[in-house]
Amino acid sequence: MSSHHESILREPLVTGENITYSKVTEDILVPVENKPNKAWWIGFIVSALGAGLWVFSVSWTFWFGIGEWGLNKTVGWAWDITGFVWWVGIGHAGTLISAVLLLFRQNWRNSINRSAEAMTIFAVICAASYIISHMGRPWLFTWALPLPNQFGSLWVNFNSPLVWDVFAISTYFSVSLVFWYTGLLPDIATIRDRAVGARRRIYSILSFGWNGSVKTWQRFELVSLILAGVSTPLVLSVHTIVSMDFATSLVPGWHTTIFPPYFVAGAIFSGFAMVQTLLLITRKVMNFENYITMFHIESMNKIIILTGSIVGVAYLTELFIAWYSGVEYEQYAFLNRVSGPYWWAYWIMMTCNVISPQLFWFKKIRTSIALSWLLSIVVNIGMWFERFVIIVTSLHRDYLPSSWVMFYPSWVDVGVFIGSIGVFFTLFLLFLRVLPAIAMAEVKLLLKSSSDQAKKKLIAEKAVDPVEAEYYLESLEKYDSISPNVAELQKV
Amino acid sequence: MSNIKYILGHFEDPDDLMHGIEKLQENSVSIYDVYTPMPIHGIEDKLGIKRSRLGKVAFGFGLTGTITAISMITYMLVIDWPMNIGGKPHFAFPDFIPIMFELTVLFAAFGMVGTYFFVNHLAPGRAPRVMDLRATNDRFVIAIDARTNTSHDQIDSILKEAGAVEIKHNERKYVSYE
Repeated sequence: MSSHHESILREPLVTGENITYSKVTEDILVPVENKPNKAWWIGFIVSALGAGLWVFSVSWTFWFGIGEWGLNKTVGWAWDITGFVWWVGIGHAGTLISAVLLLFRQNWRNSINRSAEAMTIFAVICAASYIISHMGRPWLFTWALPLPNQFGSLWVNFNSPLVWDVFAISTYFSVSLVFWYTGLLPDIATIRDRAVGARRRIYSILSFGWNGSVKTWQRFELVSLILAGVSTPLVLSVHTIVSMDFATSLVPGWHTTIFPPYFVAGAIFSGFAMVQTLLLITRKVMNFENYITMFHIESMNKIIILTGSIVGVAYLTELFIAWYSGVEYEQYAFLNRVSGPYWWAYWIMMTCNVISPQLFWFKKIRTSIALSWLLSIVVNIGMWFERFVIIVTSLHRDYLPSSWVMFYPSWVDVGVFIGSIGVFFTLFLLFLRVLPAIAMAEVKLLLKSSSDQAKKKLIAEKAVDPVEAEYYLESLEKYDSISPNVAELQKV
Repeated sequence: MSNIKYILGHFEDPDDLMHGIEKLQENSVSIYDVYTPMPIHGIEDKLGIKRSRLGKVAFGFGLTGTITAISMITYMLVIDWPMNIGGKPHFAFPDFIPIMFELTVLFAAFGMVGTYFFVNHLAPGRAPRVMDLRATNDRFVIAIDARTNTSHDQIDSILKEAGAVEIKHNERKYVSYE
């Protein structure tokens, strides 16, 4: 088996001693097969209250109309589209982990892809709910679809990026859902075969009759690979099209060709930050330290530095091009962003997205769980402000100074936003309870090649170069799931 | 004649399983199927299973999506109700590309996954055809049809030598789910 030959220099993806195939199943199914603990209930109640606030605020919006939001005739898009773009962006990391990292054969994705994909789906649900609620008359949402109607038929305008967005977001959501669920089938079958009674019947329906035969697996792998292949350009297209909602307009500050790559990088950046926020807590509360290791955390932090730096370059490029273009409106839009009445939003964005992620260059910081978590929150705040800055500061001072205004959110705006976070966490916590948060079958694949015990065994058998073995043992020092004295003992 | 329908060889390790398959094949014992908790790379070559054609299926569905998109948009914007939008051409092909791409992906993904479910008989509520409950957990199971391979003792010893940790003689094909 080719997967058995992995360099000893590579850091382990599974730690812990006496990890067998059944131990993997047992460990990962603990939250699914047992009653939830107190931490889960507290989290769930708080999130459900948030979700309740969301239901209330969205119903309020539907009942009284979007006049209840803080919008005015100059600023026609504010927290709604900010929230939409923020959530779609967060979703992108899930697809990146499940699809792009699969194409690049990054095995460390195996233990984080499941929960990241779930996050994608829940984030896109939050994003879509913003789209529906910002329509004003949400019951007419079908007007965005090319359906035959009694006005002619009057078709939608396919030249409009807003229509592209309808197709992009709905394709993205449904393909992500299919990808996620197909990947879940073998793991649902594992739960099914261990359960009894009603649980067995429910999981039996959900498992689609999976039996793990050779052909099922062979085709499963091909299906996963092709879905990854089509999801990769899909995820890039989705945020490209989201950025075109702005870029194809003539509003200074939006009308830039840099938007698609800049938005995609920003999406991956915020998405990884959200994965980090969720997984650091999940791994602690669910005791997944052996499967989501320091290597995973560090790798994600490295992606955060990379994408954060791309975003930083994009911000600076925007400023340069605004000046270099010689267009006075463009120049004013950016001068206004940096030093206008919303200067604080701009500088929060700059600090959170460009400056603070650079701290991850220090190994001490990127291998510290507390700091990684804190910085991931900072990135999420920064990315929310990025969208706010792009949307509101470009709109609030238009061509006519007499209509220059500020935007003040109403309680409904705040309620919908806080509420959407509640919806997201409610769904995520329910997911943790009923489905395995780590892809068991895929982690089992790593056991013989990439686990710490397999590598230690090779070292004990003296099957590897001692210098390389030393290097490997040194790399374990940062792992919080391997106690240091064990590592020391192995060295001697 | 016994009532044994299937002989199941349980392995704890995928390498032992592969070894077991080799040994059985050397002794010309035909293998009915192999059930594993995870994909085993290289097993399909060993069992002589052909490469899956799902890639072609996906391509076909994808192409259908592209054609659907371009014909739908052309019909709506060029044929059925051409509108003058700033004097620009009705057939504004570059503007059609994003939706053509999205529908290509949508059709390819759904068509391929649908075909996969269809050919492997995967459907919600379908009774699981499972021969052993541990095959989705920690056991790698070779199933041998006991009717066509009659020398059961020989099969048992081959499996045992190859490293099987447990050998079952089942009188029923599938584990009952009721």
